[in-house]
Amino acid sequence: MNRFAELLDRLAYEPSRNNKLRLLVDYFRTRADPDRGYALAAMAGELTFAHAKPAVIRALIAERVDPVLFAMSYDYVGDLSETVALMWPRDDGPPGDNAPSPGLGEIVETLHATRKTDLPARLSGWLDALDETARWALLKLITGAPRIGVSARLAKTAVATLGEMQPNEVEEVWHGLDPPYLDLFAWVEGRSERPSTTDPAPFRTPMLAHAIDETDFSSLDPDDFRAEWKWDGIRVQAVCGRDEHDVRVTRLYSRTGEDVTGAFPEIRDALMDAAFDAATIDGELLVVRDGLVQPFGVLQQRLNRKTVSAKLIAEFPLHIRAYDLLTERDEDLRALTFDQRRPRLETLIARCRGLPIDLSPLVPFDSWESLAAARANPANAGAGADAEAIEGVMLKRRDSIYVGGRPRGLWWKWKRDPFNIDAVLMYAQRGHGKRSSFYSDFTFGVWREKDGADELVPVGKAYFGFTDEELLQLDRWVRNHTVSRFGPVREVSANKDHGLVLEIAFEGLNQSTRHKSGVAMRFPRIARIRWDKPARDADRLDTLEKLLRT
Amino acid sequence: MAAQDVLTPTPGGLYCPEGDFFIDPPGACPRALITHGHADHARAGHGSVMATRETLAIMALRYGTEFATSQQIAIYGQPVRIGGVQVSFHPAGHVLGSAQILIEANGYRVVVSGDYKRGYDPTCAPFEVLRCDAFISEATFGLPVFRHPDPRKEVRRLLDSCRAFPDRAHLVGAYSLGKAQRMMALIRQAGWERPLFLHGAMEKITDYYRSEGEAFGELRKVAAKDRGTLGGEIVICPPSATRDLWARAFSDPVVAFASGWMRIRARARQGGVQLPLVVSDHADWDELCTTILETECEELWITHGAEDALLHWASQRGLRARPLHLMGYGEEEEIEAEVSA
Repeated sequence: MNRFAELLDRLAYEPSRNNKLRLLVDYFRTRADPDRGYALAAMAGELTFAHAKPAVIRALIAERVDPVLFAMSYDYVGDLSETVALMWPRDDGPPGDNAPSPGLGEIVETLHATRKTDLPARLSGWLDALDETARWALLKLITGAPRIGVSARLAKTAVATLGEMQPNEVEEVWHGLDPPYLDLFAWVEGRSERPSTTDPAPFRTPMLAHAIDETDFSSLDPDDFRAEWKWDGIRVQAVCGRDEHDVRVTRLYSRTGEDVTGAFPEIRDALMDAAFDAATIDGELLVVRDGLVQPFGVLQQRLNRKTVSAKLIAEFPLHIRAYDLLTERDEDLRALTFDQRRPRLETLIARCRGLPIDLSPLVPFDSWESLAAARANPANAGAGADAEAIEGVMLKRRDSIYVGGRPRGLWWKWKRDPFNIDAVLMYAQRGHGKRSSFYSDFTFGVWREKDGADELVPVGKAYFGFTDEELLQLDRWVRNHTVSRFGPVREVSANKDHGLVLEIAFEGLNQSTRHKSGVAMRFPRIARIRWDKPARDADRLDTLEKLLRT
Repeated sequence: MAAQDVLTPTPGGLYCPEGDFFIDPPGACPRALITHGHADHARAGHGSVMATRETLAIMALRYGTEFATSQQIAIYGQPVRIGGVQVSFHPAGHVLGSAQILIEANGYRVVVSGDYKRGYDPTCAPFEVLRCDAFISEATFGLPVFRHPDPRKEVRRLLDSCRAFPDRAHLVGAYSLGKAQRMMALIRQAGWERPLFLHGAMEKITDYYRSEGEAFGELRKVAAKDRGTLGGEIVICPPSATRDLWARAFSDPVVAFASGWMRIRARARQGGVQLPLVVSDHADWDELCTTILETECEELWITHGAEDALLHWASQRGLRARPLHLMGYGEEEEIEAEVSA
């Protein structure tokens, strides 16, 4: 556990991706099985412990330390695991008398075998035996939130690097494997054969696009590219295959390779019924009502539900809009160019009539100017009423093969310009973690008329968009202009004569019954602090309501 | 008798009317007793100054020899009569020359701790426990989350990192008085034999430690042209320098910071630190509690820092405790940056 704790500790402070990778590779190279496999699983988000909840940890610390001192400390540190790790009483037994500190593998395997009622005793025994850093790592591990800035992709890349392989090679076998990944390490270290991908419907790393900059266009030739709409839904991969008993298997994966089939039963059924054999389709999950694509806000209401009722399915009919084909039967199409894959996709989708699967159309254009016009007004460029669910255009090189990851220069995304309004800061709240000592969560509002007078109505909350320097300025402004406090929240002076104007950028607007203002913003962030602008000149709610109608 | 009959907190600092002197006053005054040489305690411009020989020397290094009208050397453990009180200086274990000040008036004993620690430090005399009626303690790390590990363990982590990243210079931010020299001594004790590289702002004080008998092995000043080529080496610099232009000339350095604040992850990340080393010259929570109990004081005054938790702790033990809001303490880093600039 100590080596794993050191690794997590070091990763948490290391900002550079390459240095993180070095730390990971070094760890995988020097640690034995099964510890390194469980470390990999922890970082790839493949470990869950059903009974280990923050409440268990709170109960343990409450038995051991003064509650007032705990409350003061937690308020200062801003993180439960860290506070508990630091405050846990020192073991006063004679030195050298302790059992050796437990290994990561031992902890993971014991946790899986521990009943809920035995968990507190087990956990406290470990916490007694470990030092501050290892206690922190253990608590982060079991609560499933290490937040050390390592993605599953980076952890897999480190494993690949160990065997001088490409990350996608690891990705391809990943879904057939389980912690602690003995066969994976044996393979990358050249000690055994490639683990057989018995998975009949495996995940393949999707290809991602880079955001295009206006300055990029001068070096790009429009004739080299195809364009599609950029749909404002969820990127999914739909896979069909046959298992060893020749039974059809279908799966829906998220962009990160999470199996989300269970959440979308009607898509699974549609794929079961589809008149094609094995295939891997890359596309967008959308809500389509009466042939019209709904904006993201509607799709969002369908997500993260514990149970999926028939009513929910009827109310939010899901749909896959396909834009690429990665495999068909036994054939891997990824080495073909976009122009070669596209007709194969069109033929396949043509056989899906009656199913909620259709084709994402190409957007015709002959110059960057005409594409810019389409992007500015998709409704007039063939998208019709679906324009509301379009957040820009995608540019794909006609000769591009399908490369998992985010390769340079092949695919570009060209988003619509964000919306901007000027709003007035109303409330601020202290952040968590890194920002625990700063006021960094900002609620802002716009003017509306009520009973003949203007008042501010809150329209959203922003947590980012500002630089560290601006955060300090905002924090200082909040402290100096507080008019009242409600627990962790400060209300700041916000009236026509005194107030801070924030330029808020956001991606879209949804109608909301939960918000007093009746609108909810998508992805709001602070684009600029308008120190220069008087609060009375901030925007009015009518401006937002107009956006809602267009 | 009570502490307030001996000492009065005033806007000009902690004042002893019977002896007509201030202790560590933030502004110039006719007569000052100084616990140690950090800039937030030792300021220039007083009339007469009494402090240990080392503290006086450090003040002279920083402010010039004319930093006060007259100087009086205090010797550890030797009582001196000042007005109606008897005063003696005793080791505080904070930095070279640091002292607690014991004031006795009619048999009533008050100890002003200055800054102190109980942890291992080969570069200064260890803290001495003084029994007293009233103890005036610092509380920089007055929360139970602050528990400093053995500094030798932290130094091992630094050396491990130098071996793991032999191509990256390791910039160790450390206050230029005390922490820097303690780190160098600990690094040598851990068996590191390569030269240690020093930021220019560290030189004067480090030379003084050497003249007092500390051997730090080979020390080299960092030359501008060398900054790109110090992979795997240890460079000791003021904490502020790690965020300066100065630090950018190193290629992909590992930024370390030796400080008790590094116990808190958010603090380390806010400072852009990649290798936080929890090494402090202040008492941690356990040391504060232990020390207060060992002095057997009946009254506790708490200066600079997080006093709420310690007040709560003291009240649970039936100790009379009060916070002292003296201005200007605990800003070592900011003030040091000004002084060395």
